[in-house]
Amino acid sequence: MIVTREKPLDEILGYIWPFTKILIAGCDGCVHPPRGLREAKTYALMIEMAGKAKGKQFECIPVTVAKQCDNNIVYTSLQSYINEVDAVLSLACGVGVQVIVEVFPDIPVFPAQNTVFMGSQPKEGAIFYEKCRACGECLLGYTGGICPVTRCAKSLLNGPCGGQVNGKCEVGGWVRDCAWYLIYQRLKKLGRLDLFEEFRPPRDQRIASSPREVGGLVR
Amino acid sequence: MSGQYISELERHLKEGKFVYTGELEPEKTTDISETIEMARELKGYVVACNVTDNPRACAYISSVVASYLIQKEAGMEVIFQLTCRDRNRLALTSELLGAYALGIRNVLALTGDHTTLGDNPQAKPVFDLDSAQLIYMIRKMVDEKTDLAGNPIHHPPKFIVGGVANPNAEPLEAEILKFARKVKAGMQFCQTQVTFDIEKTKAFLKEVERFEVPVILGIFPLKSYGIAEFFDKNVPGCAVPRHLLESLREMDKGITDKQKRKQKIDELNIEFFGEFCRELRKTTRLAGLHVMAVGYTRIIPPLIEVIGR
Repeated sequence: MIVTREKPLDEILGYIWPFTKILIAGCDGCVHPPRGLREAKTYALMIEMAGKAKGKQFECIPVTVAKQCDNNIVYTSLQSYINEVDAVLSLACGVGVQVIVEVFPDIPVFPAQNTVFMGSQPKEGAIFYEKCRACGECLLGYTGGICPVTRCAKSLLNGPCGGQVNGKCEVGGWVRDCAWYLIYQRLKKLGRLDLFEEFRPPRDQRIASSPREVGGLVR
Repeated sequence: MSGQYISELERHLKEGKFVYTGELEPEKTTDISETIEMARELKGYVVACNVTDNPRACAYISSVVASYLIQKEAGMEVIFQLTCRDRNRLALTSELLGAYALGIRNVLALTGDHTTLGDNPQAKPVFDLDSAQLIYMIRKMVDEKTDLAGNPIHHPPKFIVGGVANPNAEPLEAEILKFARKVKAGMQFCQTQVTFDIEKTKAFLKEVERFEVPVILGIFPLKSYGIAEFFDKNVPGCAVPRHLLESLREMDKGITDKQKRKQKIDELNIEFFGEFCRELRKTTRLAGLHVMAVGYTRIIPPLIEVIGR
């Protein structure tokens, strides 16, 4: 799932300050923690209250979209509101914000979230951990299903580095697991240390260079 | 430089002579005369000196420039350290071409400490390559006379390329497999992380014997209790033996006469490292010692005397 964090309310108020009627667009897609209708309603309340405290009367319309990354769904879900509002505040990831801009090019659209990474949460209420960087060249088949590109702070293909001590990483002060230590443990368990010993040559960084396209323009 | 050999370091290693290497750390300055002075003091004792490349991710004077000045001004052969943290493959290639043009022949390939540990923690870390891949790239420049992408180099360089390893690493097996990868990539010599643990060191040296790559072991003579304590606390996975720390603490507190204290501390170091290294020379195929004694160069001559050439 795509993990996002709320932007500070003051930053959001700064974006929408010149406007009065705001469409708060949640997303029921993969964004996490949930940013759907319930959260859109919470944002609407917070913005109206914060506006009032500062002498500004906002009028918020909370809605949600099944998937903000789909142009058709965005169009059918939002087109009946667009002419009634001055601006849109999207609760989706950075993709959702940009799709609304593409679908409705005449209205200002602002992000309510910082999109942080693709990751997972071991259980509800727990920490989210980054798991995939969409590098375009998945190595999980060689690394015991643990991604060094994402989970090694240096994205090493031939780790661990000298910063590994007792299975922990130097970055952040030896608290996080060293991905290469985990890879070693896992491959050992699977009887595949031959994969660990393999020298991995430098990556072709073009594969991970933005902007990228897939499908009609695939390279 | 040395006939069929690319460098004095290579000559010593190939001829099976026990080598001593030193460490120089140019800092955040434009004047490295102090470092050059240190290099002069080490002349005749060590065959070459490592010149660090933004150690601990701190932005210092360029390693290639410092290396050049040290070779030119002090006549001390250098082991040019090069990390993958601050440069992509283009910058690494041009740095290496420049280094060769300036007379640098020994390179030590490192991944580099992460930027967040350094004095500009906001910086973007590069790591386009890792240390094994950098070794591979350097060997390609030397052996195939091309850059990493295969573009020919006019007047290709000739380097001796080294890598690092950590005898303290746990699990040791992972470290040995990593060593194997670096050997596959073309590592010609290895310098190790500092160690105080004789048993771990013996086990490590025994395991890597089969690769037939000369290993130069890192040792860190302890100039004072303060330094020993700092090292013990800040270099995880590499504890200073308790008895050494205790003795240093007693000397630090108990001996008021500065000269006498210095003498006692020197004696303690010579006793500990003398025994440590003689034992390793007797029982392993250790190729040499990398003496990290920045600011403590006076210990090197008597240490060499007890360990032997």
